[in-house]
Amino acid sequence: MATQHSRSAARLMMAPAVVLLLGWMLVPLVMTLWFSFRNYLPLRGGDLGWAGFDNYVRFINSSSFWPSVSTTLIIVGGVLAITIVFGVLLALLLDQPMWGQGIVRILVIAPFFVMPTVSALVWKNMFMDPVNGLFAHLWKFFGAAPVEWLSQASLTSIIIIVSWQWLPFATLILLTAVQSLDGEQLEASEMDGAKPLQRFGFIILPHLSRAITIVVLIQTIFLLSIFAEIFVTTGGSFGTRTLTYLIFQRVLESQNIGLGSAGGIYAVILANIIAIFLMRIVGKNLDA
Amino acid sequence: MGQITLKQVTKKFGDVEVIPPLDLTIHDGEFTVFVGPSGCGKSTLLRLIAGLEDMTSGSMDIDGMDATSVPPSKRGLAMVFQSYALYPHMSVRKNIAFPMRMAGMDQAEQDKRIEQAAAALNLTDYLDRKPGQLSGGQRQRVAIGRAIVREPSAFLFDEPLSNLDAALRVGMRLEISEMHKRLNTTMIYVTHDQVEAMTMADKIVVLRAGVIEQVGSPLELYHSPRNVFVAGFIGSPKMNLIEGEEAAKHSAASIGVRPEHIDVVESGGMWTGTVGVAEHLGSDTFFHVHETGLAETITVRTEGDIMLKHGDTIHLNPRVDLIHRFDAQGLRIE
Amino acid sequence: MARNVTTQRKIINTTAAWVIGLLIFFPILWTILTSFKTEATAIADPPVFLFFDWTLENYQVVNERSNYGRFLWNSIFIAGGSTILGLIVAIPAAWSMAFVPSRRTKDILLWMLSTKMLPAVGVLYPIYLIFIKFGLLDSVLGLTIVLMLINLPIIVWMLYTYFREIPGEILEAARMDGASLKSELLYVLTPMAVPGIASTLLLNFILAWNEAFWTLNLTAAKAAPLTAFIASYSSPEGLFYAKLSAASTMAIAPILILGWFSQKQLVRGLTFGAVK
Repeated sequence: MATQHSRSAARLMMAPAVVLLLGWMLVPLVMTLWFSFRNYLPLRGGDLGWAGFDNYVRFINSSSFWPSVSTTLIIVGGVLAITIVFGVLLALLLDQPMWGQGIVRILVIAPFFVMPTVSALVWKNMFMDPVNGLFAHLWKFFGAAPVEWLSQASLTSIIIIVSWQWLPFATLILLTAVQSLDGEQLEASEMDGAKPLQRFGFIILPHLSRAITIVVLIQTIFLLSIFAEIFVTTGGSFGTRTLTYLIFQRVLESQNIGLGSAGGIYAVILANIIAIFLMRIVGKNLDA
Repeated sequence: MGQITLKQVTKKFGDVEVIPPLDLTIHDGEFTVFVGPSGCGKSTLLRLIAGLEDMTSGSMDIDGMDATSVPPSKRGLAMVFQSYALYPHMSVRKNIAFPMRMAGMDQAEQDKRIEQAAAALNLTDYLDRKPGQLSGGQRQRVAIGRAIVREPSAFLFDEPLSNLDAALRVGMRLEISEMHKRLNTTMIYVTHDQVEAMTMADKIVVLRAGVIEQVGSPLELYHSPRNVFVAGFIGSPKMNLIEGEEAAKHSAASIGVRPEHIDVVESGGMWTGTVGVAEHLGSDTFFHVHETGLAETITVRTEGDIMLKHGDTIHLNPRVDLIHRFDAQGLRIE
Repeated sequence: MARNVTTQRKIINTTAAWVIGLLIFFPILWTILTSFKTEATAIADPPVFLFFDWTLENYQVVNERSNYGRFLWNSIFIAGGSTILGLIVAIPAAWSMAFVPSRRTKDILLWMLSTKMLPAVGVLYPIYLIFIKFGLLDSVLGLTIVLMLINLPIIVWMLYTYFREIPGEILEAARMDGASLKSELLYVLTPMAVPGIASTLLLNFILAWNEAFWTLNLTAAKAAPLTAFIASYSSPEGLFYAKLSAASTMAIAPILILGWFSQKQLVRGLTFGAVK
């Protein structure tokens, strides 16, 4: 099959995809890199010349930088913890024999298909609203004062919303991994005298470790850039301004392109560090 | 007609030379088997003949016409793959019809040939099934049916039986042999199993690392292996190969004795040793004998009713006229 | 694991799974229910669950007042267009990588994936500028192109994993059977690849439909799809629960249904074949 003729045909057929993606990646990235070294304020005089590393230094030194980093880390970490722990438990439960497994599966997966703006708005208004939200009714029912979720417990609220969206993803992938576990391995460990908890610790969890790693990496990449959920709930106030949102505000709201671009480069570097780990796992799998 | 001639054919994958320059002629109507350990280049050689790989250099004729750069679809050869390679979305009938459809044959002729092939291969009841609904042996038959209907000048088989269980393999072996006798078409058959090679071939080509070690009829290879490799590869159980002093006695670097050419005697004999494992097959018994004073374990094949056990002393007498002698390069000494 | 489980065990499993499943699904269910209430019932205290006067009024109002049809059409056009464009570019590429692999195939695949990891916010302004320059801002075409590009790596990757499952020997068999390259692609490869192409189409349609960074940032009124339409409800004066619910239900219903069909392919598409 690998004859000369087919090889040159193959190169030709690959070209459009490669050229498009190369352009898509390089052109904007080079522009961002360029802007990050300029004093570029479109509403206040436009391009005011060379800035050196000023933007990079100012971005890091600004009072909103470190809070945005910690906000980002709390959201990413919180969502990861929740989705992994509940994802593993849910995957193990769904793997058990039961009636109506297919329907339960569908119920669990459903939130993944809800567009981010819808889920954010539904949670914000119909659950977390301090007057008319279901949570407020629930709190009152138990005699407690309703919580103003999105201002008093803003980070928790965002974490709840985002976890709800991503739990299906984690569950689905972990369920696939659980189902690929060789039943004979479990039976062998049972013969060797392992109790259920030991079987979980010594057989199931190690078997899942690869899937968990992949879930962590992929979710991290997507969670680092969550946008719509914050955009429609708090608009970045009440301590919910993530790195992504901060850059967005610098670029589009205060129109400080130089500063925003420097932030963008930081975000690109951060994402790349995580992407390298993910690529390694995916790449290894390609060889197999 | 189906005479295939390879002249100075080579194949490189990158910098790795898989097939060094090689010449081979396969005569019309001959059943030729390429045999050798895995990675010896036998499948690559078959794929070069099929045209599925480009030759790095050299040329190939089919019936005297140069076919070196003819694409596989135009060579007039049919191939049966190890995985059968049936088209999963087509019924058995459509699978078998496919090469005729590609050739633009008229429908009536197609139907006639399908009926004939199906009858010959016991597939008549399965013509409307999909390959996924068939057993391994049936899929194998469909693959053969697909090859037969186009009446190729030669059939190429790439390890066709290796995915079948042992009992089916023996049955299919016979069917393919009978098909060859009936059609009298050239067949080239690749296998790593020397039993298949011995039982089916008119001509065996033994390959190692892309090099032809020997070409000959099964009995030629059995009786006069050209070197140590062929001697060890052909025959089951394997030939005993003995080096050192014992070989020097026969003025050779190594000698070979087939297990069936060693007699078990009451006393005396050339070698005396202890029975290790005794494998009783009923018809035959294999003794693996240690402590004969030789470095090698000696395997002996005897009739089934010699009842020696593990640890018993055994006296062995090889038939001196059937001992093969090899020089330091491993080549046969006549 | 073919072992008999006691009925008691099975009842416990079933109960637990259904309770959790319904809990997770509840926000969606609640939204759908609320969409059939009047505004007054929607904020009733205590909340009403099932026993209210069902009404379709909200759907009518949303449809008439907010030009819902245009947003829907934009969503369909953008998601469908970007997916089909992506497939046109990706099918030949994935075919070559799967069937004529070279030493660089793996690197190219991984590089393509890495472009997917690029944080959108890092290139927001350049894209914004380019869009203004070419008059693509707030245009359906511009958004279609961007979404095609961001999903292209996933499309290539999914197709590649599907194509690779088609054994090369079958294509070789076709060649030995006398098929030309054209008939090989037409009669053998395409029929075998259709299920893979269909599920790639489905998943990427869903991803494009739900995309909510570029759709929010590159559109205003004209080209806004449903994501942006829903986001407009976040302003305080638009706060009508029942109407918000009706709008939301309409925005998610088609994709929920498509999503249920594609759930088997989800894992492959989202983990780049790393979990099987």
